[in-house]
Amino acid sequence: MVNVGGSRMIHVGDVVAERVFLINRELLKSYANASGDQNPIHQDEAFAKSVGLPDVIAHGMLTMALVAKFVTDWVGGSGAVKEFSARFVKPVIVPAGQEVDLTVSALISEVSDGRVRLDITATSAGVKVLGMSKALVEKK
Amino acid sequence: MLNPDSVGRTFTGAEFVSVTQSQIEEFARVVGETDFSVAPPTFSIRITLAQSQELLSNPDVGLDWTRLVHGDQKFAIHRPIVAGDQLKCSSTIENYKVVAGNEIVTVRSDLHSGSELVVSTWSTLVVRA
Repeated sequence: MVNVGGSRMIHVGDVVAERVFLINRELLKSYANASGDQNPIHQDEAFAKSVGLPDVIAHGMLTMALVAKFVTDWVGGSGAVKEFSARFVKPVIVPAGQEVDLTVSALISEVSDGRVRLDITATSAGVKVLGMSKALVEKK
Repeated sequence: MLNPDSVGRTFTGAEFVSVTQSQIEEFARVVGETDFSVAPPTFSIRITLAQSQELLSNPDVGLDWTRLVHGDQKFAIHRPIVAGDQLKCSSTIENYKVVAGNEIVTVRSDLHSGSELVVSTWSTLVVRA
């Protein structure tokens, strides 16, 4: 158990409440510029389809960046994340003119010495997009 | 195909990468982060993606970056990146295997500030057959 601010204790098995992020083509463009990843599969529908994708897909690393935001909002700051990992199991498909969901939740899987491990679930349109996603955070 | 002699080799960038406040803010804003005092946890990909591509595009390595798919990603963050950091990237091919004709390569990239290890990242990249 970790004592956070007096009465609120964190236990293994606790659930971190689900949160929905919305992803559209504009966000993909912003992320491309911020990250330097200008791969056209994330911006150009014709190109994406030409390489066998159903449509433009989100950067896997944008998905991870949004999941990281879910984690840092829960823990209370960007500086608290010690480890973060994910497997990209399915793409987040982003059709033109639409907003698609990235739905994130987590389960507390380990609590020790002020550190908390979260097992994260991330889906889009009901499909699991990240596998084996875990974060280790310092919770003071 | 990857040159098997590349596995275990470390390639270190010649140049330092300077982290600016505006880079941190641009990255943070995309995910709705309003605290710009430190970089968000995955910010380092901005540095390691480009740096490791450059280092591993060495013809001796033989990695075909045009057919790469990102399989998984891990970060070990020893301290958050902040504006003013001057980081040097070194990338190592830690693991390599061929499964059903697909090449699966694990690249570790370490970002150092002087002798201090700031962030380590592991990217598994799949070169599709």
